[in-house]
Amino acid sequence: MSSVQPTAIQPRRPGLLANRIGRRVWDWLPALVVLAVIFAAWQESIDLFHIKKFLAPQPTTIASTFWTDRGQLLRAGWFTFQEALGGYAIGCGLALVVGLVLARWRGLGRALLPYAIAANAIPIIAFAPIADAWFSPFSKTSKMVIAAVLCFFPVLVNTLRGLTSVRPSSIELMRSYAAGEVEIFRRVRIPSALPFVFTALKISSVLAMIGAIVGEYFGGDFNALGVLINSKSSTFDFKEAWAGIAVACAFGIAFYLAVALVERLSLRWVPSTSE
Amino acid sequence: MNRGLDGGSQTVVAISDVGKTFQAGTTALSGIDLEIGKREFVSLIGPSGCGKSTLLRIIGDLIEPSTGSVLVNGKTANQARRDHDYGIVFQEAVLYDWRTVARNISLPLELAGWDRRRRSARVGEMLELVELTGFGDHHPWQLSGGMQQRVAIARALSFDPSLLLMDEPFGALDEMTRERLNLELLRIWEASGSTIVFVTHSIAEAVFLSTRVIVMSARPGRISRVVPIDLPQPRRASSRENPRFFEYVTEIREALHLGADLDRQVAAADEEVRAQ
Repeated sequence: MSSVQPTAIQPRRPGLLANRIGRRVWDWLPALVVLAVIFAAWQESIDLFHIKKFLAPQPTTIASTFWTDRGQLLRAGWFTFQEALGGYAIGCGLALVVGLVLARWRGLGRALLPYAIAANAIPIIAFAPIADAWFSPFSKTSKMVIAAVLCFFPVLVNTLRGLTSVRPSSIELMRSYAAGEVEIFRRVRIPSALPFVFTALKISSVLAMIGAIVGEYFGGDFNALGVLINSKSSTFDFKEAWAGIAVACAFGIAFYLAVALVERLSLRWVPSTSE
Repeated sequence: MNRGLDGGSQTVVAISDVGKTFQAGTTALSGIDLEIGKREFVSLIGPSGCGKSTLLRIIGDLIEPSTGSVLVNGKTANQARRDHDYGIVFQEAVLYDWRTVARNISLPLELAGWDRRRRSARVGEMLELVELTGFGDHHPWQLSGGMQQRVAIARALSFDPSLLLMDEPFGALDEMTRERLNLELLRIWEASGSTIVFVTHSIAEAVFLSTRVIVMSARPGRISRVVPIDLPQPRRASSRENPRFFEYVTEIREALHLGADLDRQVAAADEEVRAQ
């Protein structure tokens, strides 16, 4: 027994910034190549097969449309993103609280979980006009409710799963230190649930944006992205509609990446997420 | 009882007529009587299903006995748990991945309400005790299995419990690491002055470590033989080559086989009863 020198696996040291960026670009290279190939094929096949350009605009057309109307499109995107963010906060917040309660009182979970599953089975497209009717279609609240409903279930299920799938010996150990339920939740169940929770939070970030746009399809503020896409499609202005969809995707992806960044920062201890 | 390191006779654990029947109807333990003195190193050994882990958990108030009573330091097991009277080490290290090695060791201290300065001083001492100085800032998954188990031992000892309960702590390690950690555990035992109850499958390990070996047999789990190990203290690696060591190993092996035979007879008798 003489291993006084730290000989265990050392965490990789962060290299020079240039090295790190280089490595990151290398990681993303395959995806970027695929993207370029898809855009090129799309661009060329419209010409090659004589597809009507107003029905399926080329990527370059969509890009130039976006650039011309960027002010309006980004404003609409931001408007809708605020609704998505609000709904996300409500849906996820509620799901986390309910998840904690159900994990603490399992009997309650057995009584309530079937209804949570049933609620998840509601077709959101059918629920959207109802939510609009309840909270006025022109308010942000109605869209937030729709986004919240979409976010709620994945976060609830994953939170519950994370809080309850702790090794029994982890709990026994805490009990041997005379820790009560609150301490066990705070120091063992919640930290070990975090990877599960973040997975759900990432899924929900994209769902929230989708929920807000679906809500806007049944009426909403003129400034909203869903209303814009809908009205442009109904007047056969598909290049504008596509530009709107691209903006929606961009906001959704940015939101996802933001949550993923928070995950990385908070879960440095997980072997797979630390570098 | 006069078998501890100090030859002390103070009773740390008093088990009287303890039995445990699980809800499914299996009787894990029946009629267990056992007293463990201060500074003793007692091993529980027996075939799978003899209830040795269950007995350990009953002593630690992690499971309630169905019958009988357990006193730890003259208190109920429940009170002893609340008073932080024992540390526990499982077969897996059960370290919390989100905490560094140092913060894993300080967890019981946080729960016992120690302030930060006292905690960090104590963690330093414990790291030194298990020879992991310099690893405090590592995460558990950066350590080897043997090192993780040493962290678990450091954590169990950090609040200086009077009783250390170990459930096959080295069972998942390779033979080399196991023998090294056996020696280290004895050194820690001598240094810390605690009483140890140790569950194991290995006869040699039990003989090498213990002041007393409790041989158990299954269906229902009961004590079939108590073997005081009178090898010179402190034990060294060479103790394993002492002829007396082999005599003890043989004695315990025979006791275990006897228990197994008895099991078979009981099972055969059961069969006969069922056949009639």
